[in-house]
Amino acid sequence: MTELSDDARATSRLGSLEYDPAPESAALAQFRPSYGLFIDGTFTDPSAHEQFVTLNPANEDVLATVARASAHDVDRAVEVARGAYENVWSKTTGAQRAKYLFRIARLIQERARELAVIETLDNGKPIRESRDIDIPLAAAHFFYYAGWADKLDYAGFGPDPQPLGVAGQIIPWNFPLLMAAWKLAPALAAGNTCVLKPAETTPLSALVLAEILQQAELPPGVVNILTGDGVTGSALVDHPGVDKIAFTGSTEVGRGIQQRVASSHKRLTLELGGKGANIVFEDAPIDEMIEGIVDGIFFNQGHVCCAGSRLLVQESVADEVLRRLVRRMEQLRVGDPLDKNTDVGAINSAAQLARIEELTSYGESEGATRYTSSCSLPDKGYWFAPTIFANVVQSQRIARDEIFGPVLSVLTFRTPEEAVVKANNTKYGLACGVWSEKGSRTLWVAQRLRAGVIWANTYNRFDPSSPFGGMRESGFGREGGRHGLEAYLDV
Amino acid sequence: MSDQRLDVRKTYKLLINGAFPRSESGRSYKVHSSDGAFLANVAQGSRKDIRDAVLAARGVQAKWWGATAYNRGQVIYRLAEMAESRRAELASHVALSEGASDDEADAIVSRSIDRVVWYAGWTDKIAQVYGGANPVAGPFFNFSLPTPSGVVGVLAPQASSLEGFVDAALAPLTAGNTVVVVASERRPTPAALLAEMTATADFPAGVLNVITGLTSELAPTLASHEDVDGIDLSGVDEDAANELANVAAGSIKRVYRPRTGDDDPARRLRVFIETSTVWHTIGQ
Repeated sequence: MTELSDDARATSRLGSLEYDPAPESAALAQFRPSYGLFIDGTFTDPSAHEQFVTLNPANEDVLATVARASAHDVDRAVEVARGAYENVWSKTTGAQRAKYLFRIARLIQERARELAVIETLDNGKPIRESRDIDIPLAAAHFFYYAGWADKLDYAGFGPDPQPLGVAGQIIPWNFPLLMAAWKLAPALAAGNTCVLKPAETTPLSALVLAEILQQAELPPGVVNILTGDGVTGSALVDHPGVDKIAFTGSTEVGRGIQQRVASSHKRLTLELGGKGANIVFEDAPIDEMIEGIVDGIFFNQGHVCCAGSRLLVQESVADEVLRRLVRRMEQLRVGDPLDKNTDVGAINSAAQLARIEELTSYGESEGATRYTSSCSLPDKGYWFAPTIFANVVQSQRIARDEIFGPVLSVLTFRTPEEAVVKANNTKYGLACGVWSEKGSRTLWVAQRLRAGVIWANTYNRFDPSSPFGGMRESGFGREGGRHGLEAYLDV
Repeated sequence: MSDQRLDVRKTYKLLINGAFPRSESGRSYKVHSSDGAFLANVAQGSRKDIRDAVLAARGVQAKWWGATAYNRGQVIYRLAEMAESRRAELASHVALSEGASDDEADAIVSRSIDRVVWYAGWTDKIAQVYGGANPVAGPFFNFSLPTPSGVVGVLAPQASSLEGFVDAALAPLTAGNTVVVVASERRPTPAALLAEMTATADFPAGVLNVITGLTSELAPTLASHEDVDGIDLSGVDEDAANELANVAAGSIKRVYRPRTGDDDPARRLRVFIETSTVWHTIGQ
């Protein structure tokens, strides 16, 4: 790949694109200054727990303080969930479970605007994404699984499939409410009760969801929500009263969880990391493809396990694709997540920012060519300018390690065979993209990719009816669709 | 000196990459029939044999999965044909190994062969039963395909020398995986016989590899091997299975452990199947 000319890095051929600020109102977010734990249908007194703060990563303001659930709290929540399973939820018909889930879906829709603001404040993601993707998909997920609750006999797992019991669910910070929906909806539809632990840095939308569960009059104890950190999560994983662990997060933590439940009766599903290859053939429609690559890596600041973080471009179009990509990256609006025009928001935490900075530093030291957006970054908060590395080879860390940030590594290939070999040259197997106008070639490549999700001429699409999950070290089990029920049934 | 004809006895070997070597280690161990009489010196596979078998299995996995489901079904069906014509030999080894009566052994062989036929019929049903179209809310054609995990290690059941072996080995094979099986340690000869039959059943070399030897010696290598995608722990007790499941977690392996009261053989199929979901845009 050749060096880019200065001309290729011009910000835009249309000149400077300035937009007036169009901020969504932070006042729409209704949350309390401090929270206890949501156990047995009520919030415990915050003063009964050690508290920690949750920040707005865009400006480091304290949003609220939340409780750090102790092992004792986990004990109590699991006991309550067990009681609710045995005395209430297992005796609730599928049709009734369905109606509770439909209620929850509707309540999320009713409070969508408020939830979107909360999500953006707590996570740092652009309001456009929380408003158009996170919250609507969370509602859709409850709506989808609501319909399964009284149709489990038809799900293909034999007659009268039984629930597992109490599910312990640990979710990440990148899509806080959506991940809660992905965990709770199928578990409840299948007849389990839940103890959910939101991520340490993004607890607020789950706590508002707890209020929604109250409004839906979901029986107390069917869902319990414990805020906390890794200590809380560990206590949940190790608790003998839990029948099922569902974890979404890093491969390193997932490995440890699989080891710790290896000697137990607990069922396990893991949705872990990825290093998705986005494969671009020379005949791909270039405008859609450039947008797709941008969506693939800069969506949600690249805090996406299935991000298309490795771009594999056919050599004949590599220079053109890189030139246009760098130009498009320059046009991304980076800044206030509440601004409706913002494309790229804040990095979720100081720790994640440090990790992104560390991993990208290897990019240059190992010989890749770095292009970073010249956008100005706010003084406060956690920010990382969108970055593309060209001339990357497979042995480099930026081509192997999950960065989980707005950083794209560009590699090249000549033949479809080479593209497949390079795409599969990873320990992960979560998602890949294929861009080509030739359907037969797309399907040929898709057949050979070892990935749980393959997007053809699109990227980062999600739907409650579409199974999502990984192969190899990206984990096992599926979320979404009929397949997602299997994770919560004794089949 | 009697003039009765001396029978020609067989050396029982491993099956690795389509060949029948003695163990690379040169070791063998004594196997006895259920009444304690000497039965055979069986090759005692080594950790190196396991690694060689995994290499072979990995090498041929894309070819096995790349063959049509129809073709895979015929290959597996061919194994049933081969077994059918050697029923008596299989039955005598099941009887000797398991202490079964002649009638019992005959019934076990019948069920085992019928089970091979059952798997042969599964190869081109899996995609329809476990896959399908997903009605996503957008202009996309979205479908889920069941695909194999890759290379599966199997610790075959210890007691059921043939029937247990058939289920453990063929379930992952049927789904498109390639397999490395550690046969029953004390009752290995029925598995070794079935392994021989694959040579005349058009099994591509390396698709099925069968190692005889000491399970406790071989299992950790299989469970910890980074290029093994899944493991069936049927052939070890609970304590050993706990330890091996822990080791298998090192590379996030899919782990199958028998559950009491679970008699659905299709669960083994599902454990070593992945779901690959393809979204394709719809447009003019």
